[in-house]
Amino acid sequence: MAEWLSRDEARRLCERVLSLTRAEGCQVSVTSGAHGNTRYAANEISTGGDTADATLTVSARFGKRTASVTTNALDDAGLKRAQEASERLARLAPENPELMPLLPVQTYQPVSAFFPATAAFDAARRADAVAQATDAVQKAGLVAAGFFDRIAGAGAVANSAGLFAYHASTLATHTLTVRTPEGDGSGWAGTGHNDAARLASPAGLAERAIQKARGGRDPVALEPGKYTVVLEPTAVGNLLGLLGNAFNARTADEGRSFFSVRGGGTKLGQRVADERVTIVSDAQDPDILTRPYTGEGLPTERLVWIENGVLKNLAYDRFWADKQGVKPTPSGGGLRLTGGTGTLEELIAGVDRGLLVTRFWYIRSVDPRTLLFTGLTRDGVFQIEQGRVTRAARNLRFNESPMAMLGNLVALGRPERVAGGEGGGGFGATLVVPPLVVRDFTFTSVSEAV
Amino acid sequence: MDRRDFVTTTAAAAAATLVPRPMAAGLPQADASIRDLCRRALDAARRAGAGYADVRVVRNRSQSVSTREQQITNLADEETFGFGVRVLVAGAWGFAASRELNVPEVERIARLAVTQAKANRRAVRRPVTLAPTPAVPDGRWQSPIETDPFTVSIEDKVALLLRANAEALKVSGARFVNSSMAFVLQEKTFASTDDIFTVQKNYRCLPQLSITAVDPAAGFATRQSAEVAPAGRGYEWVVQADFPGRAGRWAEEAVQRLTAKSVEPGRYDLILEPSHLWLTIHESIAHPTELDRVMGYEANYAGTSFAAPPERVLGKLKYGPEFMNIQGDRSQAGTLSACGWDDDGVAPETYLIIKNGILVDYQTTRDQVAWITPLTGRTRSHGCSYGESWSDVQFQRMPNVSLLPGEQALTTEDLIAATDRGIYIVGNSSYSIDQQRYNFQFSGQAAYEVQGGKIVGMLKDVAYQARTVDFWNSMDMIGGQGSYRIGGTFNDGKGQPGQSNAVSHGCPPARFRNVTVLNTGRDRG
Repeated sequence: MAEWLSRDEARRLCERVLSLTRAEGCQVSVTSGAHGNTRYAANEISTGGDTADATLTVSARFGKRTASVTTNALDDAGLKRAQEASERLARLAPENPELMPLLPVQTYQPVSAFFPATAAFDAARRADAVAQATDAVQKAGLVAAGFFDRIAGAGAVANSAGLFAYHASTLATHTLTVRTPEGDGSGWAGTGHNDAARLASPAGLAERAIQKARGGRDPVALEPGKYTVVLEPTAVGNLLGLLGNAFNARTADEGRSFFSVRGGGTKLGQRVADERVTIVSDAQDPDILTRPYTGEGLPTERLVWIENGVLKNLAYDRFWADKQGVKPTPSGGGLRLTGGTGTLEELIAGVDRGLLVTRFWYIRSVDPRTLLFTGLTRDGVFQIEQGRVTRAARNLRFNESPMAMLGNLVALGRPERVAGGEGGGGFGATLVVPPLVVRDFTFTSVSEAV
Repeated sequence: MDRRDFVTTTAAAAAATLVPRPMAAGLPQADASIRDLCRRALDAARRAGAGYADVRVVRNRSQSVSTREQQITNLADEETFGFGVRVLVAGAWGFAASRELNVPEVERIARLAVTQAKANRRAVRRPVTLAPTPAVPDGRWQSPIETDPFTVSIEDKVALLLRANAEALKVSGARFVNSSMAFVLQEKTFASTDDIFTVQKNYRCLPQLSITAVDPAAGFATRQSAEVAPAGRGYEWVVQADFPGRAGRWAEEAVQRLTAKSVEPGRYDLILEPSHLWLTIHESIAHPTELDRVMGYEANYAGTSFAAPPERVLGKLKYGPEFMNIQGDRSQAGTLSACGWDDDGVAPETYLIIKNGILVDYQTTRDQVAWITPLTGRTRSHGCSYGESWSDVQFQRMPNVSLLPGEQALTTEDLIAATDRGIYIVGNSSYSIDQQRYNFQFSGQAAYEVQGGKIVGMLKDVAYQARTVDFWNSMDMIGGQGSYRIGGTFNDGKGQPGQSNAVSHGCPPARFRNVTVLNTGRDRG
């Protein structure tokens, strides 16, 4: 078997398990892939890894009883063990009244997310890319730590009702942090895409991070309070990604969500953000390219969550949709926040007094009633005065809601692909977001961290 | 007893609970065929040019059972098996891994790791050196469990959770409850070219319960079972947690919080229970004393550390008061990081990271020791190497990092009685800290107002913010040995690609003076 399954191999593997099952129903899902990474610090490679794995999950069903068993032993004996264990556990499980019938055959939108040249990006090419970045940083008299990662993989889901879905993808990401040798300046830059040819160049990334690290020296400690902020796309992605789970119909209906209305009902149809805000999920978006189906094989279609500031949709899984008499609207397909055409520099030029934020870090929920989160700025926060970046500022802790960000918009720039995860690069939820200018962003304390 | 004697005695007391290292008979991964495959991998690596090589053969088995209200929501078993080979070629690391354990594949993977190390050499400026470690020709270790959770019936597990859920839902106002239990068994064979061969069997378990109270007028509030820590124990830990017996009280607290007094922001003395304080220790002491972080090796993700550079802070940084002693260990019975040997093949040490309030050491692996030998005089690793699974390269992860109890036999009640105006916090909840571990914000599962030495009522919307060194130096009271409890986390993230580590932190309750408290409540709109 290759390091990732072809469509035919995935289908044959699923069919082999489905032919073994004695359960009333059965779902099989597989994932497979090769993961190659190179990590560096102190301007040199520190570790790396090349690994391949494939796993299969069998979920047998007897009426409303089900259980799943996952294994990476994919020989005949391993598959049989997993299938039998799944059936044994499913018979012992209590009935799950929310278990929905297996989906019949579905039709999926094509998504071309697999790039062969990206899959071929081996350790030697990664080391070359790293050397380009570290040489530039070393020459600048600074210190780089970073990560180059490449995944090539494929997954599939099939069931005894005839459904089969397959998706193959590649993903390459390169992130780096440049620090001054004295530790008094830090800058970050990152890039990620399914197609490695679309990554920013190592030297270009290094240059961005070098500029931020150098500019970070001698920061001013600002008083905590409300500030107008220019959020770079990664910072916007860090906050917007928090909404992914919040667009949940069931918790809203149950009265335990930001999108619940006190006394009953949800905010569907209500204005929840600035009228320039439209948020869409779309697996086919050429900047997103995610799997076009859910774990059980339900197609994820283009879905508008917020349109012109009005909440249009919440995510209904099949059970909750059935109970509420609506069509299922599963989440998936990343998030795109529509923007304008301005560049980051143009946004900065329009701000009389404010702060430029590169990215956020250690973001945690504080109060789910208000979608209040806390976290800190990191690797580049700068003071803006009269439309110009004038000097570095100390990092700040915020206590703020992504919905407040979407409500207090001043201006939007041109969207680009980022990752919402704090590791940056290509991982975490795939997001396409613009840089934003936001007023009254709440910072509650200063951090000495650099 | 003078200070030095006390520290030594307390550290020894913790070490005395050291898990016996029985010859765990019949460990499947000790059999001759696996030993032979390990030898072949090491030989292939050496033939290809490796100066050092190790191999880990790992089987990870996990099971999770989840419920909500009166129904099951998930029942899943997972198993993953494979091996990873790590090699050192002219001071550069290489690592490769596969799920196919057979002779041609172990030799191919060993060669692949060497090829990668050779590619990495072009971007290595200072070759890696490994601290010496004693040979272990045939080591065995196993977690001290009473009941193997994988032998307990699914019916019993589900019934226990649904009973707890039912107790929670008996409380008026408690509307939703989620509960779950998760178990992990990791069987690991390690072999290295330094004449080390060990086989270990490590169990972990995580029982969890979460109750949400909803009120049309007051909104909603959630109480989680944070007092029940994950542990390196068997099913007996789940039974002892007594969810059915405690769910009602937690549900009442969720309901009570709906209408509790919203805290007045300001400065307060804080009395922190071990069920809360363990996480503050984890974030503000354990992470900043990881040596890779200190030296910049985590700069691109987890961050660096304020406790740096070593030459400026070791033996000098006053982290806290004189009675503050922080121990690193992988030996306390039932803790999550306990093991016989780390993933370098080193038997971990029990040692002090902070002694009498002063930072004196870091967490180390074999490839890090030489960085600080001139400062510490130490030439061996503390045994802090860990890789999450066969497919993850091992690196420095924290051992159990614990605040040792005080000399006086004080209890939480004594700390409260001594406090005129304060807040008493139970259980961990929201947590956030910057990438150098200076500035943090934490909240708890339940907070209570203390006035005149007594608890006078529940508070809501409480979070405290502080600067690490200021906070620890404000600690002025600490509980005694009898009040020492162990908390911990099942999933501590670090590294790129990200890896998860399970770790415990012991501590007594402690009091901190004059800490900034925020009100995190806002108008819901």
